[in-house]
This record gives sequence, C-alpha cells and structure tokens, in this order.
Amino acid sequence: MNQNYLDFEQSIADLEAKIEALRNSGKDGEVNIDDEIKRLRAKSRKLTESIFTALTPWQIAQLARHPQRPYTLDYLQRIFTDFEELHGDRAFADDPAIVSGLARLDGQPVVVIGHQKGRDTREKVRRNFGMPRPEGYRKALRLMHTAERFHLPVLTFIDTPGAYPGVGAEERGQSEAIARNLYVMAALKTPILSTVIGEGGSGGALAIGVCDRMLMLQYATYAVISPEGCASILWKSADMAPTAAEAMGITAERLLKLGLVDAVIPEPMGGAHRDIDAMAATLKASLLAHLATLNSLSVDQLVAARYARLMHYGQFEEI
Amino acid sequence: MSWFDKLLPPKIKSEGRGKKAVPEGLWRKCPECGAVLYSAEIEGNKEVCPKCQYHMRIGARKRLDMFLDKEPRIEIGAELRPIDILKFKDSKKYKDRLADAQKATGEKDALIVMRGQVLGLPLVAAAFEFSFMGGSMGSVVGERFVRGVDACIEHEIPLVCFSASGGARMQEALFSLMQMAKTSAALTRMGEKGLPFISVLTDPTMGGVSASLAMLGDLVIAEPNALIGFAGPRVIEQTVRETLPEGFQRSEFLLDHGAIDLIINRNEMRDRLASLVSMLSRRTLIPRRAPAADASAS
Repeated sequence: MNQNYLDFEQSIADLEAKIEALRNSGKDGEVNIDDEIKRLRAKSRKLTESIFTALTPWQIAQLARHPQRPYTLDYLQRIFTDFEELHGDRAFADDPAIVSGLARLDGQPVVVIGHQKGRDTREKVRRNFGMPRPEGYRKALRLMHTAERFHLPVLTFIDTPGAYPGVGAEERGQSEAIARNLYVMAALKTPILSTVIGEGGSGGALAIGVCDRMLMLQYATYAVISPEGCASILWKSADMAPTAAEAMGITAERLLKLGLVDAVIPEPMGGAHRDIDAMAATLKASLLAHLATLNSLSVDQLVAARYARLMHYGQFEEI
Repeated sequence: MSWFDKLLPPKIKSEGRGKKAVPEGLWRKCPECGAVLYSAEIEGNKEVCPKCQYHMRIGARKRLDMFLDKEPRIEIGAELRPIDILKFKDSKKYKDRLADAQKATGEKDALIVMRGQVLGLPLVAAAFEFSFMGGSMGSVVGERFVRGVDACIEHEIPLVCFSASGGARMQEALFSLMQMAKTSAALTRMGEKGLPFISVLTDPTMGGVSASLAMLGDLVIAEPNALIGFAGPRVIEQTVRETLPEGFQRSEFLLDHGAIDLIINRNEMRDRLASLVSMLSRRTLIPRRAPAADASAS
C-alpha cells in the first residue's frame, strides 16, 4: 500500500505504480511504450476525476488531514513576502501550534495568523499536532490588537483538530482564551479574512475564525466536533465516524449551501497536496479579491457588517 | 447514556442512579454526604444540602424564580422554537430528541431569559436548563441570549446569566458552533455600552458555552464545587493518559488558578449579586421594605 495515497485512492496509486514501472523499463525509448504510458496517464486522470467527483464527506475529512496536505507555513512561503514570525503571548510561552507574524500580500502589509501542524514526528510533537494551548490563542489575540492599532488586515488560516484538551491548558484557562478571542474579533477595527485550509476543529478553529469573509478550500472541513468524537458520543462508537461526517455536514460544499461559508476555493485534481504551487496561486488570487472588497469599506461599515453577519447565524422558527 | 453523561467522571454518574434508590416523597438523600433529609428542608435551603453544602442541580425556571423579585417578570424569546435544519439523525432523530426534551422539561429549548428585578434593581436574567439535552447551545439558545442582551441595551440594564451546559449542540453542527461567536459578539456590543454582565457558572459549565459567553463576564462567579472547563475530564484523561488531580476543573480549582472572581453559596447568591450589580452600575441598592413600612410611608 502506498502511504502517499488514502485508502480510497489506492486504485490510482496502482495505476501510477504501473506507469512508473513502464517508464523505468522503457528507458531505451521504444515508441509503443510511450503510447502505453500516455494511455495509462489518461486512464489515471480519468480515474482520479471519477473518484474525486464522488467523494463522501468522510473521504473529504481524510483529505483535509492528509499527511502531505499543505499547512499554513507552506502557503506563507508561496503567497506572502517579507514574512517575519512574531512569537509569544508576553505572559507564559510561545505556542508553536499557532504561527503568526507580519508579512506582505502583493505589497500590502498584513498580519498573518494560522494553525501549524508538523510534518515529521519531531515537528508534529513540537507543534502539538496543531492543537493550540491558551498561550497560542493569546499570542493570536496580541497580534490582532497590533493589527488593529496599525490598521493592518488580519488573515487567518485554520487547520486544527481542536484546542488542546490537556491539564495545563485547562489550568491556564483554555475556555477564557478562546472566549476572549471571539469577543475581541467581533469588533476588531480592521478587516479579518479567514480561510479553512484543512481541518476546522470546533472552538479551537473558531478562536481565530470570527471574520468578515470565511473561505474554505474545496477539501477542507469545518465542524463543531470531529466526526470520531461525534460518533463516539452519539453512536457510542468511533467506527461510525463516516456516518457522523455525513450527518454533520462538514464539507465546504455543504457549508456553502447552508450559508455558513462565503466561498469555496477549488483544489487541484486529487487535492491541494498534489500541486501545492497551483493551490497557493488559486488561494492567493482569492485572498486578494476578497481583501480588495474589504479594504474598500470604512471601519464603521466593516464592523457593522461583521456584527450583522454574526447575528445572522442560526436557524429557528418564531411562533 | 446521554452524550453529556459520557463526559462526566464516574462519581457523578453514580449519584444520578443513587438518587433513584430513594423514592420521591418526604425524604431525600444527599448525593454527596448521604445524609437523609426532609425534602422540605432541602427545598427550603434552595436545593443545597444543609449538612455538607452540596449544591444540587436545579432547573432554569426554579433558578430564575429564586433569583428574581416576584414581579415584574417578562420572558424574552419564548416565541423561538428549535428546528432540525440538517435533518440530523443518530440512533434517534434530532426532531424526536427535541420533542422528548420538550415533553420532559416543559421547555422549548435549553435557555430561559427574563427581564425583571432583583431587590428592586432592574436587569435581565438568563438560565440554562441542563435537563434539556444537557443544556446544549443551539440556534435558539444563542438567539434568546442575544435578545436578552438586546433588551439590556434597550433598557440600559445589566445582565446576569446562570450557565449549566455540556457545550455546543452537536445535532445543529456548525450552526451551534457559530452561536459561540454570536453570543460573544452580543456581549462585545453590551460591553461597549458600559453595561455590566455577570456570568454565574453552575454545575456543569463545559465546552462551547464555557469557551464563549460563560467566561466573558465582567465578573465571573461560580457556585461551590461546580465542574467548569473546556474539555471534559474523560477526554483529557484519554489524551494525557494520566489520572487527573483531585478537584480538577472544580470551582475551587478555578479560583486557585485565577480563572474566576469568586465563589458564592446559592443561599447568598441573590443578595450578593444584587449588591455587586448595583455597585457596577453605580446605583444605590434600596433594601426591600416590609409592606407595612410601605403603607406607613405613603
């Protein structure tokens, strides 16, 4: 089994392996092998298309957490210039599960804040698998205040399984840290543009996700609880995660229909990790377009519209 | 087992079962110290064990009834009803769960909001109904809370909220998560108007409610021994794979760690909250006068 492919992609992986084998055997340049490779490539593309046009929410959840999926820093490198990472909450520690700093987007200075997961084991542990502790949220808050003071837009990138459920995190006020961010972001006097690039895990995601525009990559997810968590509570079994993923409507497409997300940014065929440069280019274009709209509003208009947007959330009937 | 029960340490769960062993009626057993007491005695003591001061969980209406003056009382948002927009179904349909909860509690959803007075001080008071799907916050809870805040802004009066919730309501999925943002934003606006918000944390206040409105009080007050936190103790235990310290996530633990302002016993709650609210709103608290004194004054 090829680890670069998820289980539902294994048929694609098999084809790619076959192409690779042919390529190696055909180094002497026989024409009929080139034709065969071309034929197989077309077949692989077709297969990928057919698999990716009918993905289930659970498959999308797996893509959102793909070990090769681009993370915040991957996009930072490709989309922004002059990035300087700024560290620490000035009270307790620097939380590497959130990266933040100043950067330029097409020349315009901005504050960037994003969850950050690690690629290898050591890095994963250091980044705590992208699960922030209170100091991470407080660092983000500190930089939001900086952004407000200097009239810089805030761009956030969401990619976390959730806020870290640990003893120290609770002792240092995980709840308060998240709540405070929601409170401050609601009226921050500068544009906030959020993009879910991978996993949008509950309050841990929302704590940097109160915004003027909410964008989602095509295979990102956003949910109140992980499908596994939901399944083990409501179905009493984590094995029911695919069912829970379906029931909760966690995909970009569904959330767009429900009016909870403003735009879905298409991913390269096979997912963002198959062509990170192309993904970054699409994302950059989208960020620039949305930021231009937000930049054209006065601070008062912006904050009033954000408030109206927040008050609009909810579905109920009135007798 | 309800989804919230799963979050609770085994001790709390056994309390629920133990309670059933003693038939409802004249006598009741304190789930904490085991003392057998007159029902009337517990009720007269605001559902607090007179022997060990254990605070039993109480419903939202009872809570507001204890807290507010007899009149005036105007309920806010009673016209709001939950709907099942996602057609959510686990082992049971969300629609049916709602119907069951409504039947069992007599409430339409898990938050009750009223405009009234405490010792003559006008304010809005809200209380979570924990028996309604674990006091979980969905769209109706969020909207009622916001309408409560709006009433505070309209009448320039303070807000007091008694939380008791397992967190966000999973059956409303991302809509419920967004209630965290919505309620917090309303409190931001209230704060800008200089109106005080007092958050009272009661057993239990967890998850999305804890990580939004409940921790945003100008004052954050707890009842004794309430379970308060972001992640449930079970989830934490599974994550860190160690036994949690004694008293972890209890009110006293939060006080020690600087997370809350103070702990107030339920029997003193009304008077001390009224006093605190009056100071924050720079008002004189007029002590209640006996009807006879009223008559002689006029």
